[in-house]
Amino acid sequence: MEPNAGRNDRRWVVFLLGCLLVNPPVLSLFAQPAGILEIPLLYAYLYLAWAGLIALIALVSRESPPDRGGGP
Amino acid sequence: MLGAPLILAVALGYVGLLFAVAFWADRRAERGRSAIANPYVYALSLAVYCTAWTFYGSVGRAAAEGPAFLPTYLGPTLACALGFTVMRKMIRIGKAHRTTSIADFLSSRYGKSAALAAAVTCFALLGLIPYIALQLKAVADGFDILSHAPLIIMPRHLEAKPVLEDTSFHVAWLLALFAMLFGTRKLEATERHEGIVAAVAFESIVKLAAFVAVGLFTLAAFGGPAALFGRAAAEPRLQEILMAAHPRAEPLGWSLEILLSFLAFLCLPRQFHVAVVENVSEEHLGKALWLFPLYLWAINLFVLPIAVAGSLQFPGGVDADTFGLTLPLALQREGLALVAFVGGMSAATAMVIVESVALATMISNDLLLPLWLRLPGRPLSLERDPRRGILVLRRACIVLVLASGYAYYRAIGQMHSLVALGQISFVAVAQFAPALLGGLFWKHATRRGALAGLVGGFAVWFYTLIVPSLVDAGLLGEAIVAYGPAGWGWLRPGHLMGLEGLNPIAHAFFWSLLVNLGLFTGLSLLGAPPAAERAQAELFVDAFAFPARPEAMPLWRGTARVRDLRLLLERFLGRERTEEALGEFARHHGLRPGPGRPADPALVTFAEGLLAGAVGSASARVMVASVVQEKPLRAEELLEILEENRAAISYSRELEKLAEELRAANRRLEELDRLKDEFIATVTHELRTPLAAVRSIAESLQAHPRMPEERRRSLTAVVVKESERLGRLVDQVLDFQRLESGKSLGQPLPLDLREVWREAAAAMRPMLEERGIRLALEEPETLPPVFGDRDRLLQVALNLLSNALKFCPDSGGRIDVRLERRGDEITGVVSDNGPGIPAEDREAVFEAFYQVRRRGPRGRTAGTGLGLAIVRRILEHHGGWIRAASGPEGGAAFHFGLPLRPPPPPPPALTP
Repeated sequence: MEPNAGRNDRRWVVFLLGCLLVNPPVLSLFAQPAGILEIPLLYAYLYLAWAGLIALIALVSRESPPDRGGGP
Repeated sequence: MLGAPLILAVALGYVGLLFAVAFWADRRAERGRSAIANPYVYALSLAVYCTAWTFYGSVGRAAAEGPAFLPTYLGPTLACALGFTVMRKMIRIGKAHRTTSIADFLSSRYGKSAALAAAVTCFALLGLIPYIALQLKAVADGFDILSHAPLIIMPRHLEAKPVLEDTSFHVAWLLALFAMLFGTRKLEATERHEGIVAAVAFESIVKLAAFVAVGLFTLAAFGGPAALFGRAAAEPRLQEILMAAHPRAEPLGWSLEILLSFLAFLCLPRQFHVAVVENVSEEHLGKALWLFPLYLWAINLFVLPIAVAGSLQFPGGVDADTFGLTLPLALQREGLALVAFVGGMSAATAMVIVESVALATMISNDLLLPLWLRLPGRPLSLERDPRRGILVLRRACIVLVLASGYAYYRAIGQMHSLVALGQISFVAVAQFAPALLGGLFWKHATRRGALAGLVGGFAVWFYTLIVPSLVDAGLLGEAIVAYGPAGWGWLRPGHLMGLEGLNPIAHAFFWSLLVNLGLFTGLSLLGAPPAAERAQAELFVDAFAFPARPEAMPLWRGTARVRDLRLLLERFLGRERTEEALGEFARHHGLRPGPGRPADPALVTFAEGLLAGAVGSASARVMVASVVQEKPLRAEELLEILEENRAAISYSRELEKLAEELRAANRRLEELDRLKDEFIATVTHELRTPLAAVRSIAESLQAHPRMPEERRRSLTAVVVKESERLGRLVDQVLDFQRLESGKSLGQPLPLDLREVWREAAAAMRPMLEERGIRLALEEPETLPPVFGDRDRLLQVALNLLSNALKFCPDSGGRIDVRLERRGDEITGVVSDNGPGIPAEDREAVFEAFYQVRRRGPRGRTAGTGLGLAIVRRILEHHGGWIRAASGPEGGAAFHFGLPLRPPPPPPPALTP
């Protein structure tokens, strides 16, 4: 039970972190008239943060061994 | 030159290809080699989320509002982050209860309520017809644009074509045929439609590849991203989208749209269908949870470049929705435009196929069948073969769904942009979310609350989004939008309660969800549900705490005959499938129900579950109730059964854990036993070798009495040396055994470790000098005493020094010993400049006879192989430790520590 609970906690952390990263006010920090290689900053940030979030999801989804059956 | 005939041929050829893929997958499934039973196809089938809205509409929205197209894809990504909490539970429950659709799922959760199933079905139908219309419109628009190439003409400027000349009409009926052929082969809707899933996965690949092709071409044509965005930056009218005005100007709208797509992703009937009903194995979820968002990321990567390039290319007059097609056309790449058209078609057709199968199942199972069962004067027994009837009904529903979609598109579809239509549908299906998520995690959610919330939310949806569109279409007066009904300004559909600052979608979503949630939670808290509903609530919310199959825990009491149940099943599943299912039941429950016997509750529950997979849980309930006499269980009885099962399962899980612990302990014991045997074998071997030498020498002395004196002397010397070794070995083995049992330690007394080491160094001095090895002993000026057995600690020092001595090189060897106080222990390091110990052996050197087994560098005469093992035992008995590391000059270094306080009683010996 305990290791499972830890995994679940990590998933919630990833979810909340994701919510934080792709919403204002964090998002508004990047709504600037600047760019990386001419690509507008906000877009560059959004795609990078999104990719990072997907990587984190991969990390916390992979380690779960399937819970076999609800009962005996 | 493209020309209409070529484009039509490509479009119809593409649909033909879908038929081929689906046919192939169905054939493979029949031969037991499923093409879809892997996480990759599962993830691709989830990508049915990306429709023509994604393919064309995102570009249109990006060109108008910058990053505003992204929340639609960020929401599902966040939903995947919670996939193990939400989606896995949905899959688990869906399989346990043989759920056929989201309407069935909700109905089953709230006490198998037919009213709720019907409400969900009606609202889904109303909400999704525009969405299907949008797909058909996308196909038709794409065709119109391509067929006028090289001219670029917007479809809205064209005369509406007669139905029979309209491409989307032909696509629509072909898709209806496809859905009927591959989506209604069997009555059991929980049977997987492998052909459809395979086709949808194939389409997901096609649309991604086509969109990426257009994106790469665009970037190449404009000289790379830097050049493209550089040109755009110089264009004043593009500042708005590049500066990303949307999230700054409307932060709340942005977040609401993320929440909207998060909920819609879970509630859309087609998503529920591919994610839950068509899911092959729960184990596929783990990979799909990140592969699917990755797909979304990839298909969105080129939206902005295409939008910006299109805006640069066409200063006006061309709809941004069409840039994916018109941009290649304007740059004289008709082939690429055709590829884009096929991509857009694949996005549209995949959605239409899955949505129409899901909706048709809902209409037939959750709306029409329950009505039919309630019709007076139509008892079940009159219908000879209801299977055929229901299948025909389901096929008719597919035609109905597609016909409605097409009619909607012909009627008012021309007025809306793609995104607006799609988002209206999203707000509609999001109304299922409170009942769905509440039903999964909140036991007190009731049917009344769910139904009221659904109706309330849907009413607000209709009022805030559909009424304005009816006004736009000229079906209602404009006054209601401008001044509110009867002049009540606070009821204006676009600004309820005078709310300003949100776009119409966010506004409607906010109010409808608020009303929905308010009614749902309010009514749920007001009244306790009836017993049967409470039982379902327990089964859903605690899905992982109960048996995977309901028949393992029948919540039913009454009398029923096996014959009646069998007949009922045969009518809906056919004789063959019934035999197979009952056989399976008999195998699991160890009994074969005879026809005339009374059926036990497990069989009744099993039969109801089987039927639910074919006709939905609400209808199955009614059908089973018609052939059995049920004595309803009281709430307390139901909860008692549930509690017993829950306890039994958690008990059996604990037992399993205990058994695992016992197995581990047993393995450990076996390992100890093996080590003991090995130890004895090694000791015997070690004793026998010198004995054999002594004996052979003695024999040779006996046999040659006149052996030269010199030879005799050297042989006697060997005998003395071997006997000494033998004695040492016996001493050490005895020592080791005494240490193992913890008996050999004297009373711990305070002693100065420096003195112990000085004494050891002095004792070793002759041997060190003989080999020219320098010993440096570095010690602090003051050192607090440790408690221990002085003789034993001296043995530690001697063993460590003689071990270092053994490995020192013959010339220039040196041994450094350093003692110091660290915190509440005294530590020491003994390092040499020998060859060192490989990292992988640093733990093994402390095992008994390690060097014998591994053949130490100086051969086996160098020592007994017990020295370091004894050192570790002694230190451990004193509450200390030792480990091997690499020394400063590459040699070996042994670090050890002893606590300043008296040691605790010796730990039980574990290894020999």
